[in-house]
Amino acid sequence: MPHDEGEPAVRLTSITKRFPGVVANRDVNITVRRGEVHALCGENGAGKSTLMKILYGMQRPDEGAIEVDGAEVTFHTPADAIARGIGMVHQHFMLADNLTVLENVVLGAEKLHGIGAAAGRKIKEIATQYGFDIEPNRLVEELGVGDRQRVEILKVLYRGARILILDEPTAVLVPQEVDELFGNLRDLKAEGLTVLFISHKLDEVLSIADRITVIRRGETVATVNAAEVTSRRLAELMVGSELPSPETRESTVTGDEQFSVSGLTVRSPEGRAIVDDVSFAIHLGEIVGIAGVEGNGQGELIEAIIGMRPVTAGTVRFAGADITQWSTRRRREAGIAYIPEDRQRHGLVLDRPLWENRMLGHQTRPPNARGPWIDRRGARADTTRIVKEYDVRTPGIDVLAAALSGGNQQKLIVGREMTGNPRLLIAAHPTRGIDVGAQAAIWEHLRKARADGLAVLLVSADLEELIGMSDTLHVILRGRLVATVDVTDVTPEELGSAMTGAEPADGATAGDTA
Amino acid sequence: MPAWVAILRGLGPRQITLRVGAPIIALVIALVITMILLRAAGVDPFNAMTSMIDYGTTSSSVVEILNRATGYYLSAIAVAIGFRMALFNIGVDGQYRMAAMLAAVLGGAVALPAPLGQILVIVAAMLVGGAWAAIAGLLKVTRGVSEVISTIMLNAIATGLIAYLLNPARLAEVRPGSNNVATPPIPESGQVPGFELAGGTVFGLIVLAVAVGIAFHVVINRTRFGYDLRISGLSLTAARASGVDSRRMIVTTMALSGVVAGLVGMPELLGASYQYSLNFPAGLGFTGIAIALLGRNNPFGIGLAALLFSFLDQSSDVLQLNDVPKEIVLVMQGTVVLTVVIVYELVRRFEIRLQQRAVAAELAAGHVIAGEKPAGGPE
Repeated sequence: MPHDEGEPAVRLTSITKRFPGVVANRDVNITVRRGEVHALCGENGAGKSTLMKILYGMQRPDEGAIEVDGAEVTFHTPADAIARGIGMVHQHFMLADNLTVLENVVLGAEKLHGIGAAAGRKIKEIATQYGFDIEPNRLVEELGVGDRQRVEILKVLYRGARILILDEPTAVLVPQEVDELFGNLRDLKAEGLTVLFISHKLDEVLSIADRITVIRRGETVATVNAAEVTSRRLAELMVGSELPSPETRESTVTGDEQFSVSGLTVRSPEGRAIVDDVSFAIHLGEIVGIAGVEGNGQGELIEAIIGMRPVTAGTVRFAGADITQWSTRRRREAGIAYIPEDRQRHGLVLDRPLWENRMLGHQTRPPNARGPWIDRRGARADTTRIVKEYDVRTPGIDVLAAALSGGNQQKLIVGREMTGNPRLLIAAHPTRGIDVGAQAAIWEHLRKARADGLAVLLVSADLEELIGMSDTLHVILRGRLVATVDVTDVTPEELGSAMTGAEPADGATAGDTA
Repeated sequence: MPAWVAILRGLGPRQITLRVGAPIIALVIALVITMILLRAAGVDPFNAMTSMIDYGTTSSSVVEILNRATGYYLSAIAVAIGFRMALFNIGVDGQYRMAAMLAAVLGGAVALPAPLGQILVIVAAMLVGGAWAAIAGLLKVTRGVSEVISTIMLNAIATGLIAYLLNPARLAEVRPGSNNVATPPIPESGQVPGFELAGGTVFGLIVLAVAVGIAFHVVINRTRFGYDLRISGLSLTAARASGVDSRRMIVTTMALSGVVAGLVGMPELLGASYQYSLNFPAGLGFTGIAIALLGRNNPFGIGLAALLFSFLDQSSDVLQLNDVPKEIVLVMQGTVVLTVVIVYELVRRFEIRLQQRAVAAELAAGHVIAGEKPAGGPE
């Protein structure tokens, strides 16, 4: 880092963290100055959270050093980090609804100022100092989301934090609440506190941060001054501008429409439209990509298509039939293959051996079943085949799925779903969190399947993957398909802007407007 | 990879070693704790143990143990069916008592030639048990009521309902010469004769219990239905994604558990008492939970666990002669269940760690699958 005046509040040097089969952080360097709001920016899965968990003592780095206020430290637990004045506000609140603000704040920190009047005075003092308008004796259940977040921040300040980590704090807030939060953060900054702000929303980052560090695929790409950067430049840094040259491959798209949704709407139990009037079609031999920032309805869209989530309105058609009312099993038996987003929750049964996992989702069909019976021999033989063909690194097919690394688990799932002549493949983040080698192999399998005439729906947060793989690419934002881009000449910056809801192109950047 | 390497690395036979070793370790720990308790109660533990074993292995005890274990076994299988799908059927007790009473009424009222009468009573018991349990399943999928709560409530309702129906004014009659109230006796043509063994009579329906155990094993491990049930128990989310209709699965599993629960009272009803009376054994459903835990939801393990619990019950009688309160046996059974749960969890974690190490070793060696080195693989 070029800047080096005074002692930084936090300095992370060459942090590397590996998990089985994947490097979450590689040689990460970040310097956070005292009294600044420093944003950590990157796509989902880029390694932001892992890095912050390391700084907060929830995980230990494999390599690298952490310095706080100029002194090198080693954190074993969050308690160690708290003792050094680092506090973390998690994205999901950890509050007891049936307790008061005061009780929530002192919970676990009773030793500091007791649980009575002294604690109440201390809380009032902090609240006044930082401009928090909070009544310590109110029940948390009576508070709105913005106030709850302030209670969380208060908890951290009460424990003496001088460095605050906020993990995606705006994800749960409506715009007015975001403005209030930013007001609070500016007050904190004015009092000399340091704030580390994690987000992937470019406009917000530009409006609140002094400096921004961009992380991509576990590595720090750059640290920039917020005043000197545009949201387009930031999007470019986030998704990477050195794209592999678009595939010079002939299109295999046919005129046969294999799958379509029209007017598909999915509502939450509260009646909010999570997927809003979505229509698109997939032809044989075509890969249709859906680009979007996490949480814009793509997960629900897929669950509706596979039949796991009830559809409020619209139709789903597959191979000429209206399958809107079909069960998940019927859809799968009809030839819809599914690579789920969360392989550990939806793709595997971790406590069972590989060969039983090979049957998952295919348990009614050969080679796994013969009539009502399980065909153990058939399933085992085919598992061995998948293990070989898809290069699943395992000592055998009797080990539990939990014992494999993420990449090898994913290869098993891909192999399984490619088997049995699928006619439509729904692939949600097929290469998330796996190593580069496995990633390339999975891409190759997708291409081969496409060439063989498979229709593929690809949902991903990896823009390179989307641009490189898709024939047609839709952008989803707040549950709606807002754009369809031409993959042959779209730039990742344009795509990034469309995804994050920033105004595309034309000089004006979202950051200036905040 | 040669077999001995596989064993060392925690694959193959090692798993079986752990599977058998874990309950033995748990039992030894439980035994040691019980002995300490006996010691603390001022009894010579070794003396007490020897007298229990001596008494428990007499021929009349063996018959008694087998008969008692039959009910325990069926009860534990009923509980295990739910457990395999992560459903906690605490209502086996109510289910089997309802089933036994109504089936007894039917058997006492209808006289059919030999195999038909027995089949009628048994099928009726299965249906009643299944229906009673299905209520809990339906409540869970339609109203979101935890099956733990609803089955406990249904136990209480069953108790009340039986008390209401088991009345001379309704389905029962007073036995002359006693104050016992019972359903009309099942005629001899409807009874199931037992086997003569060592001067006693073993329930004929012990054969049924064995058949149920085998059926449980086959259905759970060899059928598509069993596969759906098992994966639902391990990961409801993965099961749903694979196409399992979890709501239907919950109701079916609950009902199936109840069907087997309906059988729990049959060996006693058709083999010894021939009537449902105030004295009909109660509480087998709760013992079944402990036995299913101890037997690891495995039909063979449950068999051994049922025999162990039955043995402890039977031999507890002798403790009183030695001035030891027989309740110490309850403490012993409780200790066994606790240690078993703890030891199994520790072993499970140990097993996963062993496997992960084995996988890591394979990765480092560049193997693709056991016994094969890819040509030109790294190193």
